Amino acid sequence: MTDAGPATSARDAQLTIFERSRRGRRAFAPPALDVPRRPLDELLPAHLRRAQPARLPEVSEPEIVRHYTRLSKRNFDLDSGFYPLGSCTMKHNPRLHERVAALPGHARLHPLQRPERAQGALELMWRLQSALSEISGLPHVSLQPSAGSHGELAGVLLTRAYHEDRGERRTKVLTPDTAHGTNPATVTMAGYEVVKVGTDAHGNVDLDDLRAKATDEVACLMLTNPSTLGLFEPAVAEIAEIVHRIGATLYYDGANLNAIMGICRPGDMGFDIVHFNLHKTFTQPHGGGGPGAGPIAVSDRIEPFLPRPQVVRRDSHNGSDPTRPVYDLDFDRPKSIGRLRGFQGNYGVFVRTYAYIRSLGAAGLRNVSETAVLNANYLLARLRSLGVLEHLPVAYDRLCMHEFTLSGAPMKRDLQIRTLDLAKRLLDFGVHPPTVYFPLLVDEALLVEPTETETRETLDAFAEIVAEILREAAADPEIARGAPYTTPVRRLDEARAARRPILRQEL
Amino acid sequence: MTEYTAVTDADRRQMLEAIGVGSIEDLFADIPEALRLAQGLELDAGRSEQEVYAELRALAARNVSTEDELSFVGAGMYDTYVPALIDALITRAEFLTPYTPYQPEVSQGGLQTMFEYQTAICELTGLPVSNASVYEGPSAVAAAGYVAKHATGAHRFVVSRGVHPHAIETLRTMSHSWGMEVVEADLRQGVTELPALGDDVAAVIVAQPNFLGAVEDLAAIAAAAHDAGALCIACCDPVALSLLRSPGECGVDIAVGEGQTLGNRLDFGGPSFGFFAVTEPLIRRIPGRIAGETVDLDGRRGFTLTLQTREQHIRRERATSNICTSQALNALAGVIYLSWLGRDGFTELGELLVRRTAYARDRLAALPGIETLHDQPVFREFAVTLDAPVEAVIERCLRDGVNPGYPLGSDYPEHERGLLVAITELRSAAEIDRLATVLGDAVVAERSGSLQEARR
Repeated sequence: MTDAGPATSARDAQLTIFERSRRGRRAFAPPALDVPRRPLDELLPAHLRRAQPARLPEVSEPEIVRHYTRLSKRNFDLDSGFYPLGSCTMKHNPRLHERVAALPGHARLHPLQRPERAQGALELMWRLQSALSEISGLPHVSLQPSAGSHGELAGVLLTRAYHEDRGERRTKVLTPDTAHGTNPATVTMAGYEVVKVGTDAHGNVDLDDLRAKATDEVACLMLTNPSTLGLFEPAVAEIAEIVHRIGATLYYDGANLNAIMGICRPGDMGFDIVHFNLHKTFTQPHGGGGPGAGPIAVSDRIEPFLPRPQVVRRDSHNGSDPTRPVYDLDFDRPKSIGRLRGFQGNYGVFVRTYAYIRSLGAAGLRNVSETAVLNANYLLARLRSLGVLEHLPVAYDRLCMHEFTLSGAPMKRDLQIRTLDLAKRLLDFGVHPPTVYFPLLVDEALLVEPTETETRETLDAFAEIVAEILREAAADPEIARGAPYTTPVRRLDEARAARRPILRQEL
Repeated sequence: MTEYTAVTDADRRQMLEAIGVGSIEDLFADIPEALRLAQGLELDAGRSEQEVYAELRALAARNVSTEDELSFVGAGMYDTYVPALIDALITRAEFLTPYTPYQPEVSQGGLQTMFEYQTAICELTGLPVSNASVYEGPSAVAAAGYVAKHATGAHRFVVSRGVHPHAIETLRTMSHSWGMEVVEADLRQGVTELPALGDDVAAVIVAQPNFLGAVEDLAAIAAAAHDAGALCIACCDPVALSLLRSPGECGVDIAVGEGQTLGNRLDFGGPSFGFFAVTEPLIRRIPGRIAGETVDLDGRRGFTLTLQTREQHIRRERATSNICTSQALNALAGVIYLSWLGRDGFTELGELLVRRTAYARDRLAALPGIETLHDQPVFREFAVTLDAPVEAVIERCLRDGVNPGYPLGSDYPEHERGLLVAITELRSAAEIDRLATVLGDAVVAERSGSLQEARR
């Protein structure tokens, strides 16, 4: 990746669209006014109107296209190189999905179109619900939540509704210390107190700690399995039993579902509620930070409380083809927690996910998980064979699932470079760094998730690059500590950004 | 079956050997045998790309989109024109495929667009601080309520019945968990009539324009909220802010709204984005990502995610919100759209909408059996009352290829015969005339039909 090019001065490359504005330039040509030009004062009284127009940029269409094209080249992206960002599942985004999502029958369908005139959309959603139900091993699905964190929120609210329905009041939710930050943040937002559960010497949930904290005040245990360490909880059945014995629900954070599709299912493990990250496991493009979608699947006992409306299939009784079922939105759900957002969820994401599941089928999804786990373990083996693990030991030395966690602590001590420095140096080699400093309980953590869509050659090359950076650091740690050098900008002064926040352009 | 993997049999053999295991099965040794699926998933076999395309196209064909009928349905999302350059720019892989800009050195494009977006939202709302987007409109209202709850410590929300019903319901869903009470303020002649507020109100929440299309007097509502020690939250149509006094100027503390009309497709309800802007004192309570300007080691201008100590990945259970992934790509479409409209074009679009809407309202109100539901100023949407059963009227219109609007009865039982009609820049005067003809005829037909029934 290069900067905008030698023809462009560095300063020009950094101008915002507002700074390119010149009075009188424009791109938009309004449609002709085909109704009477009534004075605005008659239509909107002056005291309700703004005195000054919003100072939006004044730019021509070619300038807009060039501006955003240049900006795009200041991004690293998945189509340009390896992106092993742990816990984010940066797998290839098939372009078929963009094509089908853009079909006018999907893209220009109004969300309040009457169900009988949106049968294709409702059928797609119903079929997607069925597929997600099968993949998770739980019988009921709501597609409504907008992202993983929103699905988590739904899960905790469902837990509350379930207990309240039974006349129980519980105040605490358990989260392992390895959990994603969204888990404890969700718990607080849903009005519960967070209780942390420790991790044992093998990287599993500390069962003694769990037992000690499993009281009748506990509403739920939120668990990621495989965990954020990339490890499967072998005692998950026992965990489920502990949680269910106290009458709590067991919540599955689906961020790492890519490891187990077609191999085992959260429902079979005893989970009551699962969220899916369609932008991780099911290839919705990440978009630079969204959109995503976070559907949930639940057990029978949680079903009455699912958000409103639900997509349902009814046997046809009045249509032209009596054999064809009718799809509908069911609002008549008296125990529902209610809505979590407007309309029916991120349908455009559902179209892509459905296309993906139809393309791969049962065997293909299993192949995804097998290959994701194969690639992760192979990469770990390559790093080991190159001696990388001497400086960056794996946090818990077992077979990993689809990702693994290394600790940069020995590297920091012996080579005088931190995990951050390694990450920044990787940028100079055209690789996006893994997730850094997460999970929190691993010192100088590096969480590596290669995904199934990478070739063996890419994994080999990445291992070589890491080994090369460590050799380089042994000779001169300053190189990594000053990295990156080849990127559009070098390390940024983040302290300054936070101390004196400049969050918009002064106009 | 389509695959997006690249492992050959030879690769697999060699990779397993390098790992030191005999088979793929061995990699899953930590999963207890009893939990392994004995059979495969019960899903259909995979298909080729062209077969999947054909299936998705067939499903699309069973939907009646805004290309297939003349639609005047709005009620929160609008059939607006998305300029071609947005499709071209947001499908660039450099915007489409990366994730949240955790590594700012290689994410300047995304970060700068967030900064530009924030600037545009601040300009629209007249508020000094915007985040980089939230999920969508109704959940943004609930998120704003959460900010107000913490900022005031009070226990009630007063929400206007002119706020989108989905937003009120979302606020209720969340308020239950927060131990907050939600009190609805009625509409009088189409606009919010605030009750006596008392002293335990966290926020007064209104929509601008409201769900019935009426423009509210935001300044008066904000003043009343502040007098009661509450914040004022306004859920705004961003395009209406082309002409309307900005929420910031009116004294609103938090302006949120649905961003779909800014360059995003309908997509049967999403993905779009929600915008979220606040006053300076609320800066450290705002949810979600924020990009800020700074410099790099060499003193060059650069952008980075900032104020992250508010966020879940740093602050965990003490975060201001649990939001992580938001709607970066949709917000990018938003800022490109606003740049495409530009300063003058944005105003011109607003003026076109307000004049066409006035034209449509006058046309319909002149017809027998149709009256305006209220006479407040409107921007792009207005409500009428039909002297005939609404559902039957709509059915008739649909048969003539016109979807005349959104029936209000299920959300407003007192407006059982109310119809909400939305106008966008895509609906020409000729199409509005067509609506008048078709809707007028349908009302006449159903009116006499119901009269006859009554006589019988």
